[in-house]
Amino acid sequence: MATFKDFRNNVKPNWCPGCGDFSVQAAIQRASANVGLEPEQLAVISGIGCSGRISGYIQSYGFHGIHGRSLPIAQGVKMANRDLTVIASGGDGDGFAIGMGHTIHAMKRNIDITYIVMDNQIYGLTKGQTSPTSAEGFTTKSTPSGSVESPLSIMEMALATGCGFVAQGFSTDLKDLVSLIEQGINHKGFSFINVFSPCVTFNKVNTYDWFKEHLVNLNEIVGYDTSNRGMAMQTIIEHNGLVKGLIYKDDKKKSYQEAAHGYSDKPLTGTDLKLPEEKFNELVAEFM
Amino acid sequence: MKGGIWMRDQLSWKVGGQQGEGIDSTGEIFAIAMNRLGYYLYGYRHFSSRIKGGHTNNKIRVSTNEVRSVSDDLDILIAFDQETIDLNSHELHDNGIIIADSKFKPEKADETGASLYVVPFTEIAADLGTSLMKNMVAIGATTGALGLDVNQFEEVVKEIFGRKGEKVVEKNMEAIRQGAAYFKKESGGQIENLKLNEADGRRRMFMIGNDAIALGALSAGVRFMPAYPITPASEIMEYLIKKLPDFGGTVIQTEDEIAAATMAIGSNYAGVRALTASAGPGLSLMMESIGLSGITETPLVIVDTQRGGPSTGLPTKQEQSDLMAVIYGTHGDIPKIVMAPSTVEEAFYDTIQAFNLAEEYQCPVILLSDLQLSLGKQTVEPLDYNKIEIRRGKLDLQQEIPARGDKSYFKRYEVTEDGISPRVIPGMVNGIHHVTGVEHDETGKPSESPSNRQSQMDKRLRKLSNLKFDTPVHKKAPHEEADLLIIGYVSTRGGIEEAIPRLENEGLKVNHAQIRLIHPFPSEELRPLVESARKVAIVEHNGTGQLANLVKMNVGHAEKIHHILKYNGNPFLPKEIHNKCKELF
Repeated sequence: MATFKDFRNNVKPNWCPGCGDFSVQAAIQRASANVGLEPEQLAVISGIGCSGRISGYIQSYGFHGIHGRSLPIAQGVKMANRDLTVIASGGDGDGFAIGMGHTIHAMKRNIDITYIVMDNQIYGLTKGQTSPTSAEGFTTKSTPSGSVESPLSIMEMALATGCGFVAQGFSTDLKDLVSLIEQGINHKGFSFINVFSPCVTFNKVNTYDWFKEHLVNLNEIVGYDTSNRGMAMQTIIEHNGLVKGLIYKDDKKKSYQEAAHGYSDKPLTGTDLKLPEEKFNELVAEFM
Repeated sequence: MKGGIWMRDQLSWKVGGQQGEGIDSTGEIFAIAMNRLGYYLYGYRHFSSRIKGGHTNNKIRVSTNEVRSVSDDLDILIAFDQETIDLNSHELHDNGIIIADSKFKPEKADETGASLYVVPFTEIAADLGTSLMKNMVAIGATTGALGLDVNQFEEVVKEIFGRKGEKVVEKNMEAIRQGAAYFKKESGGQIENLKLNEADGRRRMFMIGNDAIALGALSAGVRFMPAYPITPASEIMEYLIKKLPDFGGTVIQTEDEIAAATMAIGSNYAGVRALTASAGPGLSLMMESIGLSGITETPLVIVDTQRGGPSTGLPTKQEQSDLMAVIYGTHGDIPKIVMAPSTVEEAFYDTIQAFNLAEEYQCPVILLSDLQLSLGKQTVEPLDYNKIEIRRGKLDLQQEIPARGDKSYFKRYEVTEDGISPRVIPGMVNGIHHVTGVEHDETGKPSESPSNRQSQMDKRLRKLSNLKFDTPVHKKAPHEEADLLIIGYVSTRGGIEEAIPRLENEGLKVNHAQIRLIHPFPSEELRPLVESARKVAIVEHNGTGQLANLVKMNVGHAEKIHHILKYNGNPFLPKEIHNKCKELF
C-alpha cells in the first residue's frame, strides 16, 4: 500500500519560501495515502496561478489546464473514468473570478470530485492585484486607493448552491486539513474545501498571524451541527466567513453519477467503441 | 424549367404560416410519407429566433432522383395566412398553385400567374373535432393536387398518432380524405402537370445533417457529450441524450461552451471519446480550449454548425463565415485539422473520421457544417456499417508499461520522428506523467529552455505533415482544360451540381471541386484544377470571400479567381450560381 512518500515527486515547487500552498500539497499527499489510493488512481487537475502548479508537484496523474477551468476538465475526467479519484485545485482568482461560473455549476451538478481552493485573497503570480476575496479597502497594485468592492462570501455561496460538502481549512493546521481532504474524497458527491493559504510575498494583511487571531474552530462551538444548513449559514454570517472545520455535509444527496439515467457503473474507458451491427441497423431504421 | 420531364420527375412544395401553429409538422408528415414511397426529398425550413409568431415556412423538394439543394421555384404553396402568399408567391411559376385556408379570405399576390384554390382547412378540421387538424386537411388537399392515394399516408399517421388511440388516427385520416375530396371538387379533378412519376418504393433514411453527425458520433464510440444548447447545433445533443444512456454514456448540459470544450478535453484525456458541438458564438468561447488541446496534444472533436455571424448575427440563417476563425482562431501555433463534409452521408463518415484523426494525430479536429447541411432534411442513401472503422493511433490500453524506479515521469511528449508521442491514460500503472498548457519537456514538466521549446514546437508542428485524409477534395472534373472551375465547401455542393449541367448546356466546360479538408489546406490536390481552368468561381456564404482568400493564399492565381458570395441569410439557389457564373463570360 502506498504511503504519503509515494505521492511525492522529484519536482521542486516554484512557490516562495513560507507559502501556504506547501501545506496543502503535503495534506493532499497524506490524505491520498490515508484513503488507500495508489498514485496512478489519483488525477489532480489544476488551474492557473501559483497554486495551479500543484498538479505538477504530486506523484499522480496531473493536468494543469487553463485559467479558471480546472473544474470542467476534472468533471470530464471523472465522467470518463469513475474509478479515478479526481481532485480539482486552484486559487481564489482561478475559482472565484474567472472560473466562478464553473464553481457554482460544479457544486450544483454534484459530480463526485473534490475541489480544493488555496485562498490567499490576492493575485500572486501576476505580482499583487486584488482578488474576489480581498477585503474592502485592501490596497494592491490594481486598487491603489483601496478596494471599493466587498469580498465574496464564498462559504455562503457554496451553501446556497446546494453543495453537499462544504469545509474550510487553514494551511498551518496540517492534521485538520488532511482529515478534511480525506472526508472530502470519501464523500459521495462534490466536495468543496476552501483553504486559507497565506501569500507571504504580496499579502501583508491576511498573514498567518492574522488568521490565527481571527479563525474560529467549528469544533469548539458547542452544539454545532454539520448537517444543519441553516445553522451553517448563520454561523458563517456571524463570523464573517472566518471559520475552519467541516461546515456542512449532506449524506443523502445523490451524486450526479448515481442520479444520471443509464450512466454506466463501470468506467467508460473500458467500453468497446465499435457498435454491434444489429444495434447500428436499429438506429438506422429509426430514420426510415 | 417548366413543364415536360422536369415537372413529372420532381416537385417543389412549401407550407407557410405563423411559427408555432404546426407548420413544421405539416411539412414533416408530408415529407415522411413521400419518403416512404421512395422519393428523394430535400427540406429546408425558414424560421426565426422566437418560439411563437413570425412567418415560418418549410419548403420540400420531392424527386425521383437524388436532390441536395433548395429548388429555384415552387409548384405548390400551402398557405395558412396571407403573409405566406405575399412573401412566397414570387417563387411560384405560372403553372404553380396556391392552396390556401378559407379562414383568412386569401388573395393572390399581384405578381403571380399561379392559380389560387381556397380550401376550408380550419373549418373542415373544426367540424371533425379540432381545428388543430387543419394541417392534415392541407396534406389531404396536396394529395388531391398530386393525384396520390390518401391511404398511402395511413402508415405515417398511425405512427405519429397511434399512441393517442385508434380514434385519433381515424379522425386525422378523415381530415386528409376530406381535404383531398374538397380540393378535387374545387379544382375539377387533378391538375395533370403536377402528377409525379412513380418512385422506386425503396425505403431510405430521411434525416438532417445533425442526425448524421450524432449517429456518426455514436458509431465512432463517443460515450460522452458536454454541450451548451445553440441553434443550429442542438439536435446533436438532443439525439445523443436519448441514445447515450443505452451505451452507459451521457450528455451534460454545461453552464457555457468553455465548460463544454474543457470537459470534453478532460474526457478525451482520460481515454473516452467525447464530442461537443456549437455554432459561431460558442466556437468563439472555445478558442482558448482549442489551444489547450493543441499544446497538450489531447484529442478534441468540435462540430461547428455555422450560422449568420458575427456576434448573435442571424442565428437561424445560413452562412459560412467561421472559416478563418476556426482555422486561425486560438493564440499561438498549433496543429489542427478542419474538415468540411458536403453531404449528409459525408457528415456521418466524417464524424467517425474526425475522432480517428483526433486520436491518431493527438490534436483538435473541427468538423465544419453549416445551417443548411445541419438542418436541411433529406433522403440519404444507405450508410455502410462495414465502413465504420475505429483507429486510436498510439494509444494502447492493453500495454504494460515498464516500471521506472526513480519516480521519473512517462515520456508522454517524447520527441519522435513523426511528431506523435506514445499516449497513456490516467489509471494506467507506470504511466504517470504531467500534462500542462505551459510549454513542457518530454515528460510534461514545465520548461522554458529555448532548445526544448524548439524541439517540442517542431514535434507538434510536424505531426500533420504526413496527414492521411481520404478525399480531401471532392472532384468532378471531366475536362482537362476547363472554361470554369467552381469551388465550394459544405452545403453549396447541391446548388453547384445543379448549376453545372445548365452551364454546360450553354457551351461551357465546367469542373467542380468541393473542398472537404480545409486545414491543412489541400493545395496540391487543388492546384492542377485551378491551373487548368480559364476562370475560377468560388461560391460561398459570406461577405468577404474567406474560402477564395484561402485558395489565393495557398494555390495562388488570384487573377483568375472570382468571388460568388451570398450573405443575406438564405441558401444559394441553383439558378443564382448559374447566373453569376454566366456573368463571368
